[in-house]
Amino acid sequence: MIKNLDFLGKPSIEKISLFVGLGASLFVLGVVDLLLNSFFGFNLTSFLPRWLNYLTPLIFCFLGLHYIRIDYSGNKNLDRLNKNLNSNWFNSLLSILIIFSLILSIPPILDWLFFDANFSGETKEECTGDGACWIFIKIWLPRFIYGMYPLTEIWRINTTFVLLIGLVILLFVSPQKYKKYLVIFLLFVFPFIMINLLSGGNFGLKWVETNSWGGLSLTFIISIFALIFCFPVGIFLALGRRSSAPVTRYSSIGFIEFWRGVPLITVLFMASVMFPMFLPDGTYMDKLIRVIIAITLFEAAYMAEVIRGGLQALPRGQYDAGKSLGMGYWKLHLLVIMPQALKLVIPGIANTFLALVKDTPLILVVGLLELVGMIDMAKTNPKWLGFAAEGYVFAGVVFWIICYSMSRYSQRLEKRYKTDR
Amino acid sequence: MSDKIIQMEEVNKWFGEFQVLKNVNLQVSSKQKIVVCGPSGSGKSTLIRCINRLEEHQKGKIIVDGTELTENTKNIEKIRAEVGMVFQQFNLFPHLSILDNCTLAPIWVKKMPKKEAEELAMKQLEQVQIVDQAKKFPGQLSGGQQQRCAIARALCMKPKIMLFDEPTSALDPEMIKEVLDAMVNLAKAGMTMIVVTHEMGFAKEVADEVIFMDEGMIVEKQPTKQFFANPKSDRTKLFLSQIL
Repeated sequence: MIKNLDFLGKPSIEKISLFVGLGASLFVLGVVDLLLNSFFGFNLTSFLPRWLNYLTPLIFCFLGLHYIRIDYSGNKNLDRLNKNLNSNWFNSLLSILIIFSLILSIPPILDWLFFDANFSGETKEECTGDGACWIFIKIWLPRFIYGMYPLTEIWRINTTFVLLIGLVILLFVSPQKYKKYLVIFLLFVFPFIMINLLSGGNFGLKWVETNSWGGLSLTFIISIFALIFCFPVGIFLALGRRSSAPVTRYSSIGFIEFWRGVPLITVLFMASVMFPMFLPDGTYMDKLIRVIIAITLFEAAYMAEVIRGGLQALPRGQYDAGKSLGMGYWKLHLLVIMPQALKLVIPGIANTFLALVKDTPLILVVGLLELVGMIDMAKTNPKWLGFAAEGYVFAGVVFWIICYSMSRYSQRLEKRYKTDR
Repeated sequence: MSDKIIQMEEVNKWFGEFQVLKNVNLQVSSKQKIVVCGPSGSGKSTLIRCINRLEEHQKGKIIVDGTELTENTKNIEKIRAEVGMVFQQFNLFPHLSILDNCTLAPIWVKKMPKKEAEELAMKQLEQVQIVDQAKKFPGQLSGGQQQRCAIARALCMKPKIMLFDEPTSALDPEMIKEVLDAMVNLAKAGMTMIVVTHEMGFAKEVADEVIFMDEGMIVEKQPTKQFFANPKSDRTKLFLSQIL
């Protein structure tokens, strides 16, 4: 390894303005060379041999950073720069490579996303630029959100989600006294209202088959139900796995290990294809319900292990203290153990929830089309061939927004419940 | 029925191969204060943990307040609600405020109305002089304050018997006194107490009887004065000479 680069001249603090000036101009020269080279086809150093010519931006910047690497210069900004990006020759090289790759990659991406993209228009033919064709997304947006739900009935989906969001906001602002009732309503009454409003068939609402549900709204429906159900199931499995009764313990272990060991695609396929064969003749269970149950059980197994981690982190003294106050098993766990264990594993729970949301596109394999599924379908529409990239970028952005907001929320919860230490 | 509130007859307990309690016999009358001492690993903690069945004994009989401790969960919970316990590591519930720590069990186990439970808790916190900390969380309190809160929490269940498992061993020296003071007050109020401790000053001041344990057996059991003035066994003499 190169121990020092003193042969290049050692920058000294006495001549700080000279070295910083020299270093900065060399660095700028390197960046300008790179920019001219890659975006304008103009080469400053064409007189040099080709192999050296190719490396000139790198060499300029490297020398530039070498000359500004002055320890304890007294200049706050320079010191911070040196400490974070330029502490030795290897780190400076890494910094340069990262800066170069950003310079080279960001403009084309921006071009594709915005500057060369087409936003206005109604048909594929109006997409004339080199960039993305956002007309595709614009035209298909209702389908991406509502799936194949009859367009005249989509107010029902809108109402459902507006109600849901309204109730959740109400839950946060309402006084402590009513929160309990709101939570009970949200968990035990609202799901039925939601299902009824969406599928209809009574109260003068037209029946809409679950087969025609789809798009982002289906993503939300599946995620919400699976999240609500997998949490309690996970808690029971975690407690079961720590139970002293052998039957409970081994059946919990068996359940968890079975679901953790099977790929989700297989599970979904089974739920959709095999499961109906085991049902007695004449009975029927909606495919969507089967899929939600499958995802719930699958994620509950992961949830159980996350929660078990929290249970194991609690000192035995907490159990002793609860028991010594006369609490039975359920009171002890509900009031003392679970609140602490769950608080400890908020990051793990958030992790599982995010994974669940991102697993929903897999229901594609059983013919249910949520957001990604709809995009998949749209891109194979003969009128709109060739817009896969736009579709997947859109799906990526939407999923990222959902997951990032969940992650932020979990961080807020972590802070709020941090009462010790 | 005798007037003995705790009766242990020929109690034996093993941890795997290792026998922690060997033929322990112990009678405690109501309002009696007993101090248990002995070297570490002698089974003192196990002994008092058996009294509210945090540990199960395998042989012998333990009768607390007229109820024998058996597998019967209902009985165990009933006895635990009558027997308060204070631990070496305080074991407060870190997710609850001091006040909620004290009201949790009365509300949920004894079905006491919330308001009444809070009044009771404030009274008990007043007794141990941490009423001004009621809204804080355990993590914000000093060790001595936490231990006093733990005493208040146990008292909120209005127990007939209080068990103390080395309540001052995890404390800084200057905090030991505040906890011992709270315990002395409790003793003066007439509580039945069994205290595992190395604080011999406390034993001399409060205890009616002192028990010395070694290797799972009760080696010596004497009224306090005799215990310190002329212990019978050589093992006790040796122990006392080392810690006094």
